[in-house]
Amino acid sequence: MDLTWSDSEAAFRAECRAWLEANVPASPLPSGDTADGFALHLEWERKLFDARWAVVSWPAAYGGRDATLWEWLIFEEEYYRVGAPQRVTQNGIFLLAPTIFEFGTQEQQDHYLPRMASAEDLWCQGWSEPNAGSDLANVRSKAVRDDAAGGWRLTGQKTWTTRGAFCTHLFGLFRTDPDSERHKGLTYFLVPLDADGVTVRGFGRLDGDEGFAEVFLEDAFVPDANVLGGVDEGWGVAMATTGSERGLTLRSPGRFTAAAARLVDLYRRHGHGAAPSSREAVVQAWMDAEAYQLYTLQDVTRIVDGEAVGARSSLNKLWWSELDVRLHEAALGLLGPRGELIDASPGSVDAGSWMKGFEFALAGPIYAGTNEIQRNVVAERVLGLPRAKGGR
Amino acid sequence: MRFAFSDQQLEFAAAVRDLLASCCTPAHVRECWDNETGHSPERWRQLADMGVVGMTVPEAHGGLGMNELDWVLVLEETGRAALPEPIVETVAVGAPMLAEFGPTELADRWLPAIAAGDVIVAVQHQGKPYLAAAGYADLLLLASGNEMHAVPRADVRLVEEQTSVDGARRLFGVDWHRTPGTLIAGGEGGYRTINASFDRGALGAAAQLIGLADRMLEMTVAYAKEREQFGAPIGSFQAVKHHLADALLAVEFARPVVYRAAFSLATGGADRSRDVSMAKAYASDAASAVSKVALQCHGAIGYTVEYDLHLFMKRAWALASSWGDAAWHRERVAMAVLGPVPGALPVEPDPDPLGETLA
Ligand SMILES: Cc1cc2nc3c(=O)[nH]c(=O)nc-3n(C[C@H](O)[C@H](O)[C@H](O)COP(=O)(O)OP(=O)(O)OC[C@H]3O[C@@H](n4cnc5c(N)ncnc54)[C@H](O)[C@@H]3O)c2cc1C
Repeated sequence: MDLTWSDSEAAFRAECRAWLEANVPASPLPSGDTADGFALHLEWERKLFDARWAVVSWPAAYGGRDATLWEWLIFEEEYYRVGAPQRVTQNGIFLLAPTIFEFGTQEQQDHYLPRMASAEDLWCQGWSEPNAGSDLANVRSKAVRDDAAGGWRLTGQKTWTTRGAFCTHLFGLFRTDPDSERHKGLTYFLVPLDADGVTVRGFGRLDGDEGFAEVFLEDAFVPDANVLGGVDEGWGVAMATTGSERGLTLRSPGRFTAAAARLVDLYRRHGHGAAPSSREAVVQAWMDAEAYQLYTLQDVTRIVDGEAVGARSSLNKLWWSELDVRLHEAALGLLGPRGELIDASPGSVDAGSWMKGFEFALAGPIYAGTNEIQRNVVAERVLGLPRAKGGR
Repeated sequence: MRFAFSDQQLEFAAAVRDLLASCCTPAHVRECWDNETGHSPERWRQLADMGVVGMTVPEAHGGLGMNELDWVLVLEETGRAALPEPIVETVAVGAPMLAEFGPTELADRWLPAIAAGDVIVAVQHQGKPYLAAAGYADLLLLASGNEMHAVPRADVRLVEEQTSVDGARRLFGVDWHRTPGTLIAGGEGGYRTINASFDRGALGAAAQLIGLADRMLEMTVAYAKEREQFGAPIGSFQAVKHHLADALLAVEFARPVVYRAAFSLATGGADRSRDVSMAKAYASDAASAVSKVALQCHGAIGYTVEYDLHLFMKRAWALASSWGDAAWHRERVAMAVLGPVPGALPVEPDPDPLGETLA
């Protein structure tokens, strides 16, 4: 066991830190889940890309630095430490990209990855439908073969699509075999949102930002080249993406250790007269972030040794999502009556960002597979408990 | 960066697990509940023969000269088996204390005998006013103010035998007098001795709590797969599944925290006391939470003394509040991370933060 960084990793950290400190916008950008904020975030994304910091772990040919998994963790830690902007490209670079690396053809990799890294193509995730939430295998949106045109015609409705109103492309599951049931007969499609027959309607989330969208598809055409993995084999491909979402890539520990450091700073400023239980909540949140970091270092060691994380990624998701809620509750506990003040209201603390953060944290136990579903997965696939009679 | 144990460390722990699977079964633990002392001399001998008892005794004194990273997994195994003997006191605390801080005469006198399995150590410390195993220990390590002493049991009077919820734990108070010949360290060195030993004891207890929690979870998962109600294994019911998933989450996130604390102690890291406190807080909380889940998922069978679960639960309760409980350790982390309560008037450092007399 050696929990120290090598000289070359330390040098990598110093390089990230220097660039980020010199380039991160001086004042925080408006939320990337609004039209104006999204545009400003894109400028930032392109700046990251130009300096080759957008996708550090990717091959240089696609705009990356061939960074190791350890270096990627270091980059993430530094990124959140300086308070750099949210990554509005995350659903592409963290969720879709690993799937394209695993299942994409050479042409798909060469076409999509560089455009994704440079934030030319902006991806949203099209799993959920009105009747397919936790029960994702209940997808009804369908794809009908159009042999003459050499592709597929998509019809159906996707919903809860994060930043769908601002994105250019959607990846999602569509039923290609009309006689199929459940997990069979689904195909993973890459869909340009400017195709004829696609309509996108953005709408407000809990925090009021237009972060959600519904996507309506009516006979929208996509060529064969837009199928990722095999026809009717979409479920297995999609599971790779959701594994990334629950596991490491979407929520690296740096994000939470940085939030915990901000919470400690808030305590120093606003902890006067805090009840002992508030102090305890603050230190527990700090420890929970630290524990996530340590758990991740152990996990990454396993990955580097060639072990698969598999269903254990559900443990990850339970921890980071619930720690994030507790952390923000601890912060609001320190703010007392000022906790409700948002939008830089005059009496607000830190421009009301703690309430905003709390609202976002509350989504964590819902998206990426609800925590009830994760607990089912842990019980059945990690502990080996029997499936319920008649499925779920 | 590499957060994993060496093959050698894993193999040693596996060997100890095998040994304990034969000499420390629940039936053996029950014998210790019922016998005079709460102790099995044969088992101690077997552990000494394997090198476990002398793990931390320096090689020059006949031991294996190992450190916290080497013993943390071994102590986890002793927790998994609910080993009654004072392995934390002897291996994690006693031998390193004598080796690191004791004068040569004391080290020469006691360490080879510890390694040989001839001397068992009991420790009295902050947060641990009663001495476990003092009834059969040969050497008592006793704190008095900022002094630490190594006193043969023959020279003290055991008073007030206490009854623990864990029938294998026999606790005593002790009536003794300081003599220059028993002094391990005093003054500044005494504080360092006491702090380092407290950290090692807390880590040892944390490691045992992880083993206990893991064992209770394993027993409960096995039971939930077998026991049927409503025509189906109870483990197929979602309420039971979610209890068990939460138990696993608690154990799996406490584990790396405990292992990191071992690394910090072994390498003398600047934050080692904070890291140990995190470890003890998580391990205590995890073992307490798992014990509740385990009992609930067993139902009434778990509520009997015939069934083995209670042996592990009761040890977990005892260790969760020994060497500082979760709340105490959280506050120690808070002092390191947050500092004192903002705006609070500076106070004299509390010489006895756990509210117990040191001597
Ligand atoms: C902020 C946010 C962003 C999102 N972004 C996207 C996105 O970009 N793309 C996308 O496709 N989707 C997105 N989602 C949708 C998300 O994937 C779904 O909300 C989630 O899968 C749950 O589905 P549902 O909302 O339909 O809830 P339901 O499935 O209806 O669940 C409602 C409740 O019932 C419980 N429940 C359901 N089934 C079971 C069961 N078998 N056992 C126990 N409990 C059960 C759930 O845990 C939950 O508590 C987003 C959601 C949020 C909140």
